[in-house]
Amino acid sequence: MISLNRVGAVALRLFYLYRGSPARLVPMLIWVVVDVLLWGLLTRYLNTVSNSSINFVPALLGAVLFWDFLTRVMQGVTMAFFEDVWSRNFLNLFATPLTVLDYLAGLILCSIVTSLISMTVMLAFARIGFGLSLATFGAALAPFLFVLFVTGIALGVMASALVMRLGPAAEWLIWPIPMVLAPFAGVFYPISALPTPMQAIARILPPSYVFEGMRAIVTGEAPPWNKLVIAVALSLVYLILAVWLFFRVYTQVIANGLLARYSAESVS
Amino acid sequence: MPTPILLVEHLSKSFGDFQAVDDVSFSVAPGEIVGLLGPNGAGKTTTINMVLGVLAPTSGRIVIEGADLMKDRPRATASANFAAVNCPLPGNLTVEQNLRVFGMIYGVAGLSARIDTLLQQFDLTHLRRAKAGVLSSGESTRLSLAKAMLNTPRLLLLDEPTASIDPSGARDIRARISGLVEAGHCGVLWTSHNMQEVEAVCDRVLFLSRGRIVLEGDPKILPRLHGAASLEDLFVSVAKETLDQGVRA
Repeated sequence: MISLNRVGAVALRLFYLYRGSPARLVPMLIWVVVDVLLWGLLTRYLNTVSNSSINFVPALLGAVLFWDFLTRVMQGVTMAFFEDVWSRNFLNLFATPLTVLDYLAGLILCSIVTSLISMTVMLAFARIGFGLSLATFGAALAPFLFVLFVTGIALGVMASALVMRLGPAAEWLIWPIPMVLAPFAGVFYPISALPTPMQAIARILPPSYVFEGMRAIVTGEAPPWNKLVIAVALSLVYLILAVWLFFRVYTQVIANGLLARYSAESVS
Repeated sequence: MPTPILLVEHLSKSFGDFQAVDDVSFSVAPGEIVGLLGPNGAGKTTTINMVLGVLAPTSGRIVIEGADLMKDRPRATASANFAAVNCPLPGNLTVEQNLRVFGMIYGVAGLSARIDTLLQQFDLTHLRRAKAGVLSSGESTRLSLAKAMLNTPRLLLLDEPTASIDPSGARDIRARISGLVEAGHCGVLWTSHNMQEVEAVCDRVLFLSRGRIVLEGDPKILPRLHGAASLEDLFVSVAKETLDQGVRA
């Protein structure tokens, strides 16, 4: 049974950290602003030099915004988790009535708050600076955001499980995950542009359906609702798998003693 | 005989071929301070970690306030708390923030008032806005103890609570814990390498050696019963005997 008090405590810890150290906010805001600025200027340039009927602002800047959203959601989970890794807080936390579900729900709550802040800044900047409006995507926007959010959470939980099992040094495996997935997800080009083996991988990645749908809308086609249903289902499967993986790793580190002596030296 | 606050039955833990804890059984009664003694590697911390629920036993049973730790972990851990010298609270939170976060996890009612009381009780009021990472060893120990008292635990686990603090600070900590035990009627499981401290504070001691309880009794009587001049001498002879056995084995 999840306890709201315990979930709130996990999130409160992060709130205190951000309040006590505003420097932590900088990466959360600066990178999204830099991304929007860079891609916003590029799309503006492409619109002026291209004869295409495609409006590059929603096609490219929208894609950047959506991909950044997924990345921020994932990092919202992993950053909150890493705070406990860095302060070696697992023994303190898990010797209390805090359950694994409470803890994961707390990490997800942290991610919701931090990704919403990032998304709001991105949206405002993209709207004011480059005229991007998410209204372009109509009713498909809700499943788009849902799929990206759930996939981001699943990636964050899987990444946290890996670090819990492999140790703090595995942190460096975690940061590039969105970059590794981006080519397969077809963020900037249709999946058909990928070599066939890569297309097979793209088909099992929920975000690829979002970006295909986004491009369909930009070119004036109807949203591919049937494919979005697949994306929603796939993202939920990944979330269940990620939570299962975290539970499994937790059971292992409780059995082999790694949780009680978690540090870079003790985990391998 | 009162119902024990902590009941440990046939507890064992092995890591591969290494038997860290071997069929250990003991209990802690309300108002009792039980010392868990033994040389390094005897299995004290492994036992404490299992009672804390952060290490799964290979076999055996741990019951805290009637709740089986393996079957009903939230209820069992809600009645317990701990302070350990090697497990400081997050240094990037202030004293008050740490207490608030852990108070919420334990679901402490009237948390603000409880925090004020504990800050006063452990002489931390002037440090409430100080980051836990900048506290001295003594202050950090007092903060750990304040955290450990947040939920008014029935079972308090203390892993070398006075290590790394000066004699005057250690005496103060001992007095506070003894007072809390008398007032709150909780039970304490206390590990320490300071035999004078154990003799002064504990009602009963358990000597662990190579994962087994080899001696048990009143620390004031136990040395005489075994022909030792003091608890420290007894500790040394038990540890040496164990070491010799280990070498022979």
